[in-house]
Parts: sequence; structure tokens; C-alpha cells
Amino acid sequence: MGYTFAEKALARAAGLPTAVAGQVVDARPDIALSHDNTAAIAKIFRAIGVERVAIPEKMAITLDHAAPAPTPRHALNHAEIREFVKEQGIKYLFEVGRGICHQVFSEEAIILPGQLILGSDSHTPHFGWMGAFGAGVGRSEMAAIWATGELWLRVPESIRVIVTGKLGRGVTSKDLCLAIIGRFGADGGLYKSVELSGPAIEAMSLESRMVIPNMMAEFGVKNACLPPDEKVFEYLAKRTSNSKSQTPKTKTEIESNAIHPDADARYENEYTVDADSVELTVACPHTVDNARPLREVKGTPIHQAFIGTCTNGRLEDIAAAAEIVQGKRVANGCRLLVIPASSEVMMDALRLGHLQTLMEAGAVIGTPGCGPCMGNHMGVLAPGEVCLSTANRNFRGRMGQTDAEIYLASPAVVAASAVAGMIADPREVGG
Amino acid sequence: MGKVWKYGDGVNTDLIFAGKHTYTLREPEEIAARALEDLDPNFAAAARPGDVIVAGRNWGNGSSREQAVTCLKYKGITAVVAKSFGRIYFRNGINQGLLLITCPEAVDAAQSGDEIEIDLPNSVLRLNGRAFPFPPLSSTALGILEAGGLIPHIRKKLGITSTEAVTVGGGE
Ligand code: SF4
Repeated sequence: MGYTFAEKALARAAGLPTAVAGQVVDARPDIALSHDNTAAIAKIFRAIGVERVAIPEKMAITLDHAAPAPTPRHALNHAEIREFVKEQGIKYLFEVGRGICHQVFSEEAIILPGQLILGSDSHTPHFGWMGAFGAGVGRSEMAAIWATGELWLRVPESIRVIVTGKLGRGVTSKDLCLAIIGRFGADGGLYKSVELSGPAIEAMSLESRMVIPNMMAEFGVKNACLPPDEKVFEYLAKRTSNSKSQTPKTKTEIESNAIHPDADARYENEYTVDADSVELTVACPHTVDNARPLREVKGTPIHQAFIGTCTNGRLEDIAAAAEIVQGKRVANGCRLLVIPASSEVMMDALRLGHLQTLMEAGAVIGTPGCGPCMGNHMGVLAPGEVCLSTANRNFRGRMGQTDAEIYLASPAVVAASAVAGMIADPREVGG
Repeated sequence: MGKVWKYGDGVNTDLIFAGKHTYTLREPEEIAARALEDLDPNFAAAARPGDVIVAGRNWGNGSSREQAVTCLKYKGITAVVAKSFGRIYFRNGINQGLLLITCPEAVDAAQSGDEIEIDLPNSVLRLNGRAFPFPPLSSTALGILEAGGLIPHIRKKLGITSTEAVTVGGGE
């Protein structure tokens, strides 16, 4: 009997020869991720009674959720984090404006295929795009990791999702994810390790792939992963060589640590999704699994269109939006916010002229970071407003106002809708 | 040796401890008195320390509220044996010091009122004269349970004698 990705990855992280689903192991993460919640975790850490963190070289922190600080309270929070980082000699701190944790740690290649990353952020499964095991943990658990370098984890059962065929014109990995979550429900992958593969995923750019494990957090998963291939190894090899904080690694070195499930591994369920049948899809208020084909919600008026977040704030997302709004104007009564996921994305978009195109169309560009995704700042909603967003979560009140509605879609749909002032089909607005 | 309280599939955190009490009740006895209020009104009054809950699939799905674990712990429940657990519930359970065991075969064999005995060192539970092995917990998970939860466990492991209470909300 063979082993799944999760069984192999957690056995390795726990220093065991093998592990099986259901077993509880003591895993040592390669990276412990936290962000603006670092100061709150530091308080728990101190209450334990420990002086020094055990793993300063494995701790990575971004200031991204409310950055630059919108209020004195937020500013104090950041100041406490900087102080803690200095005091404890923590290796990685990415300052205000560098971008969102999941995007920045990917660009910096501080986590690699086959490794374990635990984060006090529910979208830590993100790192499955490269074949790393990423999972979210609670705050007291993160304090425990800082204190001891390890955390107990139950090895999850696995589900395999094979995506056959080819996505149609204008259909993206975001539509694929919304369609999967809509079909199987927000708990369709509850507690599971979800392994996604197949020709439709192989054909995708790395940026499109990054959307998938990120969105799987909304499927209830513990982790999700894609099989790493040449493209992944090449990207990361280049990144480790350009990085100031990393030792350069060759493609072969990175590939040799990748983990692949055995052909005879045991899966609790296996689903096939036909990419050709996936339509442009929109998640309607107030749950992600309330997903409907775009054609059914077309024409819904919107007040705000938001392109950004760790889900869809990358260069190809901004390029897709720029292509659609080129030579057009954002509709009266509607505003378009574009917030790049990182400073690197922002500079590339600047160099390629996308930001200029977007601004000429009337878009507002924000500092790289989470922006209004969880209702902190830079574009929160008023009562009764409707926002169409490229984010991953549309729970009631998420963007700061209980009586507002959030719809989720791909960047192209959001850009086309900004121009139309209502939910629109980018294939009809034209490029 | 304890008595079995048997429940079905998909019991969520609201049925275990209702959301309307989460901000109003603070004392352990008050919290224990509301355990399973909307699932089994007899439970809180009749359950005895040492009793065991046996349930179907996905016990504790839903909210991250920790009272859904602590209400049973305060009641003196030894363990919950289920076919599966909600992901956060399982972590909260161990981190708060409540023994959670995944053993579908035992769930199918158990009835309310049966006598059940859990032999943790040998990873086996005994029910109606039959033995059911379950996947062993790691030494860390056992250590956490023995210490009474994650934070006391870490203090013990690191030789810290501080007893300051640590309270935390759920993660994001
Ligand atoms: S962009 Fe949104 S989902 Fe992503 S890390 Fe920030 S707040 Fe969370």
C-alpha cells in the first residue's frame, strides 16, 4: 500500500519513516508564518513564561493586513511587532508595502516543495501551489510553535480531484475553484488533504495555479496541493538565486526534495472535474459555495470593483484587467480599486504600462497588501453597497459592513463589470 | 468504566454548546450545565464524570468556539469516540485536554447505556466484552492530555512554573 502526499509530507516533517492518515505526529515546520497578528501571538507566547523563541531562523512575518497603518492603534501594533522581531532576532520581517504574506513568501522562495509551512492565517494552504504542505493554525498553537519548534498534527485523509480537459475561452482557475466549491459545498474537503492534478492544471501558468490551493481553504481543507513540475522548480531556483536571504539552490536540488504521492496511495474519495464544462462563475452573498454561473447574475448593479488579494492580485490578473479596460472608463457610480499583491507585482505592472492603462480608465491603485479584503482599510463598504471582488471570501460583514454584499469572481469579470457598472461578461465587453 | 451516550452524524458546535451562550456564561459549572442543551436536554443533568460520548461522523463541525469542548470537559466526560471530527474541534479538544478518539467500528457497535472502558496506554477501548483498537496518539498528544491542555503542557515541557491563565480567541 502506497502513501499520499499528506502522509509523506508529515512523516518527513516529523522525522518518521512513515505516517498514515489518522495518526497524530509531532511535526517541525520549516517556516512559521504570521502577520499583523504577531503582536497578539507574542502576548500569548510571553504568558507561557518563555523568554526566547526556539526557532528565530524559521519565523517569517509580513506587515500586510492593515498596512500602512490606518489608525494609531494599528501603528502601535506594527511598532510592537518590529520590537519583538528585533528583540528575538527573527530572520524574516517584510515591511509595510512589500505585500501579502502568501505572495511574498512565494516570491522570496523561503519555502520549497516538500516542506511544511504552518501559519496563523487560514489561507496558508496557499503554498500547495508548489507542492509544499501548508496549513493554518490557531494563535495559541503558533505561540506553542515559537516556544518549542513543533506542533502536533493529525495526518489527514486525502481526496483526489482530477481536472480533465481544457478551460474554455476566458475561463480561469478562479472559475474552476468557485465551480468545485459550489458543486461539493464549503465543507466538501473538510479536514482533508486535497490533491488536485490533471491536464487542465498542468496547462496553467504558475500564477493561475496559485489561486487553487488558496481557494481550497474555502472548501474546508487542512491542506491542498498540486504536483510540482519543471515550471515550479525553475521559478524557485531563479528566486533562491536572486534572494538576499536564501542560499541559492539548483533546479535539481529543489526537485529532489519534492514529494509525489504513490500510485497505489489510499484516497477517501476521488472526483473528476471536466474543465471544458466549467463556466464563468460568480460566488454570491454570503457564502463562497453560493456559486452561480455568471449568466444568471449578469446585470446586478455594483458600487465597487476590487482587484487584488492573495487570491487574484498577481501580474497576470492585473494584465487581464488592463486589457479589458484599455481605452474605456469605469462606469459612473462605480469605483475600481486595484491593489497589487506585492511590491514586485506592482513594479512589473508599472514597467509594462498596466497601471497607467488602469489609471487612465479611472482606477485607484493602492499600496500592496490585503487592502479592504477583511474590512480593515483602503476601500471598506458603506451600508447597502455591493462589491464585486477577486478575493476568496464573501462572508457577511467581511469588508467592514454587515449590510453590504460581496460577490466573488475572476479579475477579468471584475474589470468588465467596473466598466459596465454591473456584473458583466468580459467576453462581451471585449478586450 | 463509564456509560455511553450515543449520538448520530453531523452534530455541530451549536448543538454541543449554543452560540447564544458564548458571551454570557463564564463559570465552568454554568458552561457544563448547558452541554448538549439542544441535542439532548437530559444529558447535562444525567451525565456522570467518567461517561463517554460516542458519535457518528463529523462531531463538532462548525464554529471554532472552545466551549464546545470545555463544556464536556467541565462535565467530567472522559472522551468522545466518533467516526470523525470537525477539524478545529479535534484540535481544540486535544489542546484543551479532552480525549478524542476516532474509531468507527466501536461507534457502530455501541448503544446508549453500554459500559465502556478506554485503555489509553494500549490504544484500545473495551465495549460489551469486545476490544476495539484505535490509532495511537503521539507522545506529544498524550503529553498534552495528561498536562490538561497545550499551554500547561508547554510550560511543563520547558520547566516553567508560571500559572498565569492564557485566554485566546479562535484563529482566523
Ligand atoms: S488578502 Fe485577504 S485572504 Fe489573503 S491574507 Fe490578506 S486578508 Fe487574508
